[in-house]
Amino acid sequence: MSEPVLRLVGISKRFPGVLANDNVDFELAPGEIHALLGENGAGKTTLMNVVYGLYKQDEGQIFIDGRQVEIHDPNDALARGIGMVHQHFMLVPVMTVTENMMLGHETTRGLRLGLLSDLDPDRVAEEIKALGDKHGLSIDPEAYVRDLSVGEEQRVEIVKALYRGAEVLILDEPTAVLTPQEAEDLFSIMRSLIAEGKSIIFITHKLKEVLVIADRITVLRDGRVVGTTEPSKTTEAELAAMMVGREVILQVEKGPAAPGEAVLEVQDLQVRDLREQMAIRGVSFTVRAGEIFGIAGVQGNGQAELVEALTGLTPVEGGHIFMNGQETTHLRPRAITETGIAHVPEDRHKHGLVLVYPLDENLVLQTYYLPPFAKRTFLQPKEVRENAIRLIQEFDVRTPSVRTHAGSLSGGNQQKVIVARELSRDIRLLIANQPTRGLDVGSIEFIHRRIVEKRDEGVGVLLVSSELDEILGLSDRIAVMYAGEILAVMPAEEATKERLGLLMAGVREAPDSIAAD
Amino acid sequence: MDSVFFSGLFFLALVKATPIAFGAMAGLMSERSGVINIAIEGMMLTGAMMAFLGSVIFNDLTGGTLPKIYSLLAGLIVAMISAALVALLHAVFSIHYKVDQIISGTVINLLSVGVTNFVANAYIDPRGLAGVGVFPVINIPILSEIPLIGRIFFSHQPLVYLMLIMVAVLQYALFKTPWGLRTRAVGEHPRAADTVGINVNRRRYINVTLGGALAGIGGAFLVLESVGRFQKLMTTGRGFIALAALIFGKWTSVGALGSALLFGFAEALGVRLQLGDVNELQALALLAGIGIIVLAGAWAVLKLIRRGADQRRNRTIGILASAGLASIAAALLFDWPSVEIPIQFLGLMPYIATVLVLAGFVGRAIPPAAIGKPYEKA
Repeated sequence: MSEPVLRLVGISKRFPGVLANDNVDFELAPGEIHALLGENGAGKTTLMNVVYGLYKQDEGQIFIDGRQVEIHDPNDALARGIGMVHQHFMLVPVMTVTENMMLGHETTRGLRLGLLSDLDPDRVAEEIKALGDKHGLSIDPEAYVRDLSVGEEQRVEIVKALYRGAEVLILDEPTAVLTPQEAEDLFSIMRSLIAEGKSIIFITHKLKEVLVIADRITVLRDGRVVGTTEPSKTTEAELAAMMVGREVILQVEKGPAAPGEAVLEVQDLQVRDLREQMAIRGVSFTVRAGEIFGIAGVQGNGQAELVEALTGLTPVEGGHIFMNGQETTHLRPRAITETGIAHVPEDRHKHGLVLVYPLDENLVLQTYYLPPFAKRTFLQPKEVRENAIRLIQEFDVRTPSVRTHAGSLSGGNQQKVIVARELSRDIRLLIANQPTRGLDVGSIEFIHRRIVEKRDEGVGVLLVSSELDEILGLSDRIAVMYAGEILAVMPAEEATKERLGLLMAGVREAPDSIAAD
Repeated sequence: MDSVFFSGLFFLALVKATPIAFGAMAGLMSERSGVINIAIEGMMLTGAMMAFLGSVIFNDLTGGTLPKIYSLLAGLIVAMISAALVALLHAVFSIHYKVDQIISGTVINLLSVGVTNFVANAYIDPRGLAGVGVFPVINIPILSEIPLIGRIFFSHQPLVYLMLIMVAVLQYALFKTPWGLRTRAVGEHPRAADTVGINVNRRRYINVTLGGALAGIGGAFLVLESVGRFQKLMTTGRGFIALAALIFGKWTSVGALGSALLFGFAEALGVRLQLGDVNELQALALLAGIGIIVLAGAWAVLKLIRRGADQRRNRTIGILASAGLASIAAALLFDWPSVEIPIQFLGLMPYIATVLVLAGFVGRAIPPAAIGKPYEKA
């Protein structure tokens, strides 16, 4: 193998109380896609932030093209051809694409007045247009970033790195925010960049993606390198075990469902979205006790509105919703919750938790006004605390204390807090929207197991997910949503990835092949 | 009611708007980079006192041998430096020590009041220091001879011109230069700026401090171009009005100048009312008319910048402009009955007008996204 473009030797990085990287060695060969795989908190992003100059390593050396370099800040990294696309995009929303490209590295015209020279956005716009066309990344240089979709923003970030002369591209969890189709697009972009001679470090915790796209895979766990391998020499299960440190059951174990009476009945539901457009156009389905009803679909096809309408967060335009035999169409969220509904919302930061509240208070968000947590009008801190201690143990939430703010926990632990709160109540229906998005393998396994347990206890589960594997692995019956309608409902045994994929793309099936509901 | 009255009114409005516009530009530099600045008042007050002391002491030291203008310039420079130092204090508090920026600003305002009052009581008053005078009026050749316009715009003391130039320079710099791009990025999304190699805190330090120098000019104006000597608490809240002008002007210097003019106009009308050559209802009609025309103008400019071609809006702008003109014409043509309206009510008008303007027409004023938040690297 030729000289590596990037070599890290013995990198260690300490934060107060944590050893984020422990003597890490890493190599990136020219023209390869090297995946950096690991659970959340394994130190992947920290390592790459060291390479990109956002952090300074405590120990270890960085070699670029065989020469040892010191990288003090992102300018050093960019000057040496290292570009990074961060998980949370680093684009200024109120500026245009062109302005974002120029930022920190401005092209000017006319008099040379240093920082007070005249910017030359037209020339930059031409350059990035040409650059985008060359790599098959179409972007509109004059668009404002705030108007772009997530996928477009990501393309802008990639072009930004290329515009700054990146030869080594670090992509931090690039697929976490993408739909399956957008992820496919990204992979083909990555392949074409490799063909151009660039090298890519691909940070992820998604096993399937790694096997599809990477040339080599390095697995990090607790800040240490567990090993480096190649996709042809390994399997998903092996990688998962390397990441987590033990055998992981990727396929959820579950017996056949024993469906009972209907716990959720939706009849001809119609809902408008925030822009007053019809988001749900006459949807009907039934979820029975003791079954998991999965709704597949590309994000943005009405799933969010459906869940919000069911839980009372969005007004219903037309149709009826019955929960446990009682009509709940126009009830307020609390009244709906009190009929025995649990809701694991899509956005755990915005809707699932109060990030600035401690854990124990987050764990009684729907029950704080009821005994034993409240007596008359007074909160009972002791009860609240004991409830939290019990749930944290039962649901294996890793936290320094019950008074720790929810916002300071990792994503997996935050989601466990929500699941603990929702599942610990006396419920008959669980509505889970993207319950494992952005989580690591260990947390996903845990949450999936809990959902199946609830089903076996006779709870009806409505699972909404854009992860096909999750839908296929958990559901007993599967519906596909497209453009605000349910195109088909089928038993899980009849569902294949290909069939669901076509439906998700909006291709309707011939009437005789639709399974009876 | 004639053109002399009219041009006098506008002339005075521009003069009264000058310190407010300088203050607003100080706020602009600071807040666009993400640091809330409610200490403009304190910086202006310090600037005013130091302008006075600087010019008087310079004059004493040189024994009055140099022309007066040198002492005045010395006063101006001392004012800029001292107000910049006050701003630097605010920067150190809010950037280095991450003190709540509102609290830091309040502390600095209180401190400035205390220090200037103390110096006035202990040094200026006992010695009976007299001022050196004020900057002379500079008539711009040719331009100042244009009827009406010449009197309003081209026959001022130098700091008024400087203010107009600075407004234009800042507007350009903020949107068309690397400095402006970086400043806005640091105020909107500091982490993004950091990842492209911009030193967020250094940018903020520089902007807050340079902004302080502008506030210093605003304070110096009160001494060097208006009163000629220092009086305790002579800024009388102009720093806060500057802040309001900044917000009403949507964090742009041209917008801030527009709002400052509205405030200045109200102040000028108040002066005229006291002189007795305009009555209250007339003043009200005038103010309303001017306000509406300023609004229509601002709107039209905005539309031109954004190249919008919404016909309905164009008609609205037209209607607004004619309504404004009609209101002014009515104020000038009719003999208005004399009605007693408290002067303070007139003072209220620009605020009411701007609130209506913002609520109804121009849209919400959205502050820089990262304003008030100290930047944490990790």
